Amino acid sequence: MSVILTAILALLLLALVFGALLGFAAIRFKIDGNPIVDQIDGLLPQTQCGQCGHPGCRPYAEGIANGEEINKCPPGGEATIQALADLLDVEAPALDAEHGEEKPVQVAVIREAECIGCTKCIQACPVDAILGAAKHMHTVITSECTGCDLCVEPCPVDCIDLVAVDKGILGWHWNAPQSSLIATDKGVA
Amino acid sequence: MQPIPITTINNHKNSRKLHDFHGGVHPEQNKHQSTQKPIQTPLLPPRLILPLQQHIGRAAKACVSPGEQVLKGQVIAEAQGPISVAVHAPTSGIIESIEELPVAHPSGLSAPCIVLTPDGKETWTALTTHQDYLNLDEEQMYAAIQNAGIAGMGGAGFPTKVKLNPSIAGRIDTLVINAIECEPYITSDDMLVREHAEEILRGIEIMARLVEPKNSLVALEDNKPEAYLALREALNERQQQAGAYEHEIELVVVPTKYPSGGEKQLIQILTGKEVPSGGIPADIGVVCQNTGTARAVYRALRFGEPLISRITTLTGKQIADPCNVEALIGTPISWLIGQYGYQPARQERLIMGGPMMGYTITEPDMPLVKTSNCILAPSPQELPMDHQAQACIRCGLCAEACPAELLPQQLYWFSRAQEYEKAEQHSLFDCIECGACSYVCPSSIPLVQYYRHAKGEIQEQAEAHAKSDRARIRFEARQERLDRDVAEKEAKRQARKEAAARAQAARKSADTNLTTHTKTQTSNAEQPAENGPSLETLKANWDSAQTKLDKLFDSLEETNKTNPDMATKLQRAIEKNQLRVNQTRLAYEKAETAASADQPTVLEKSVTSLPNTDDMKSIWERSQVKLDKMLITLADAKLNNPDTVEKLQRAVDKTQARVTQAKQNYEAVVSTSTATTPSTVKKSETSLEPSTENDLDSLRAVYEKAQAKLEKMQETLEDARANNSDTIEKFERAVAKNQVRVSAAKTALNAAKARREN
Repeated sequence: MSVILTAILALLLLALVFGALLGFAAIRFKIDGNPIVDQIDGLLPQTQCGQCGHPGCRPYAEGIANGEEINKCPPGGEATIQALADLLDVEAPALDAEHGEEKPVQVAVIREAECIGCTKCIQACPVDAILGAAKHMHTVITSECTGCDLCVEPCPVDCIDLVAVDKGILGWHWNAPQSSLIATDKGVA
Repeated sequence: MQPIPITTINNHKNSRKLHDFHGGVHPEQNKHQSTQKPIQTPLLPPRLILPLQQHIGRAAKACVSPGEQVLKGQVIAEAQGPISVAVHAPTSGIIESIEELPVAHPSGLSAPCIVLTPDGKETWTALTTHQDYLNLDEEQMYAAIQNAGIAGMGGAGFPTKVKLNPSIAGRIDTLVINAIECEPYITSDDMLVREHAEEILRGIEIMARLVEPKNSLVALEDNKPEAYLALREALNERQQQAGAYEHEIELVVVPTKYPSGGEKQLIQILTGKEVPSGGIPADIGVVCQNTGTARAVYRALRFGEPLISRITTLTGKQIADPCNVEALIGTPISWLIGQYGYQPARQERLIMGGPMMGYTITEPDMPLVKTSNCILAPSPQELPMDHQAQACIRCGLCAEACPAELLPQQLYWFSRAQEYEKAEQHSLFDCIECGACSYVCPSSIPLVQYYRHAKGEIQEQAEAHAKSDRARIRFEARQERLDRDVAEKEAKRQARKEAAARAQAARKSADTNLTTHTKTQTSNAEQPAENGPSLETLKANWDSAQTKLDKLFDSLEETNKTNPDMATKLQRAIEKNQLRVNQTRLAYEKAETAASADQPTVLEKSVTSLPNTDDMKSIWERSQVKLDKMLITLADAKLNNPDTVEKLQRAVDKTQARVTQAKQNYEAVVSTSTATTPSTVKKSETSLEPSTENDLDSLRAVYEKAQAKLEKMQETLEDARANNSDTIEKFERAVAKNQVRVSAAKTALNAAKARREN
């Protein structure tokens, strides 16, 4: 009888000790916010374009953390979907065409002669990459522009173009070698 | 061709113990072809093309303009920032243009170049020579090196001044002069040492003076006996000469193996130490310089000569006359090899650099640059085009050959599968792209190209990631700013509300004080005395109730459209308010009748308040202006925003009523005041003038502004018509809109004018 009692007491004691330990750890090492959201946000391209239907990349990251589809980000394209799929350990779906198509990296360029200085694009830019003042010409800080195209629609005189980025010789890097087909594999591959 | 005996240095004893590096290969040397003749000097080319970027770092900035006459050695592009070097005119002539032309780059892309047409006179610009160059102070020495535009001539083109940075002085054990030249076919350093050994030694002395190493080494492979002899002789002579820098220069002969000329490999051979991953040789106390650089440094200090020419090997079976040439920087390659009997093969292929690390030139007109050490024109048999790559058989030969001790096979799989993260973990960036793995690969897999591609992709991703991080920070900062703005506005609104409430409370307490005061004063006096102040408050009460009711009506209409549930509630609220309005009105009217029936005191009061005509007038005028403005807005709204028209119409009606009310009030007051005191009227009349003037002015300003805008728009429209058909429709609409606005402003202005005349 006493053996059983001792065992129960011992277990009880252990339970109390570990319970206290866990309770302490839960409070002491509490993490604010959901760390997975930060990780997802880190993978998104941060264009803040809203093509996914969220007002920015972080809200979409929160959406994904709450079980939303991961294929709603056209600026990120397949690479981002793949990275998200790897992170969340799910199958990588194809890009949802409803939200747009994957395009090469673009930047907005204001045709400055036509700008009337209405500041509408400045208000629309999510990353403050447009410089200018009321009734003065505006211009895009190219290095900060994410190419989200949110400034194009509000322009009353349609003087904003999105152009593909060409970094010239400095942005060039070697192409991958042509995929090496072995003669006997030609029919199969 | 008779076989040429392979000569080696076998009478040299190294004073230091040599180490070995892992791997390496022994490709066929093929160096004898181009060492049969002394260094040649080609003719002056008809055209020189000088890329602004021939070095690592920022491109130089052109400081000449087309049509300008330049002298030999004159700076034509200035260094930009610390890691950049200048470009000099290689000969005298006229700047033809500054344009984008294909440059010596594996991409074959174009980059900004200065094109110079030589005038054949070779007139030098004024040069600063230093007889006693070793006794210059360090600042002057650095400045001379920087001004001469010297970038590492071994191949990478790192600005030499940066490599000899004063901050490393004293930390350096060993200065290594690299004359190894391990790559097949290339002999430019070999020939340079044979012919200019003394200049190289003097250059080493200068560099040693700057970085103060414990010892200086000149390393060369044992397949260059002539160069070795020349160097030893020069060294002996130099030691006997007076005025040499007190510094021992040691000759080291290393066994021939590719790629022992690689900076990291050479350091490992000479010191046994490895350059840490991601580090530079200075981290382990070594600085490595090329022989060509040493000579350029000497010539820059002694004669003030900038780097305008270099020694380049022209070799390969397609060149009839293989040799080394001292060619001007900017010489077009096609012209240069044409001078030495180049016959294009059927499968034409020109290689910049050697067969191991060079790249194929796509555009033969591209120019020679500061880093071009060899131009190879092989025949198709000599250097066959790449074989079709076969599957990897996992033989492991590449790992045995890798001088950086990497796992090329693993890197290949990761690069091919685009698993860049894993490739990075397997130290992809320690790969020196020497090509030893591709050389030994029995399946002819272009391994190095896979690594180069993977490196490029990783760098691109890192850049994109850095950019997205920056975008996130900017986005968050903006969000914070917007939130703060909203909060600030809210706080201000709150503060205003509180201030208003306080003021109201103060007024109330003042009123009660007053009433109690009068009460105590005239405790048994008649009612009217008390009625005076309360008349105003009653009126105010009534007014506020009325406005509230109006507002409620407005919101009711809106809710009727949007939210029928709320409508009934609002209806009830309106009824309640209606009651309140009636009550207050009744109270007010009662009080008023009582007051008017009362005494002349009140009348007197009204008389004393006669100067009010000014106020009345201004009220009327103000409401008139407001009405005019409203009319303009209404016209606008009719065009743009049909939803709000109804509301605006109501507002306009209300203002109209107010205007007539104000007018009547004013007229009534004026008539009474003219009856009583004409003087005041005169006064008020005169004071009236400026106020109407002001109103007219403001109206005129509105009209003029609208007119100006319209004109501007019309201009833009015409522009658009001339240029771009897409936007015309939009512009036309905008112009029409503005026209309406202008005409509305005009009518308002005219009306105001008419009123004034009346």
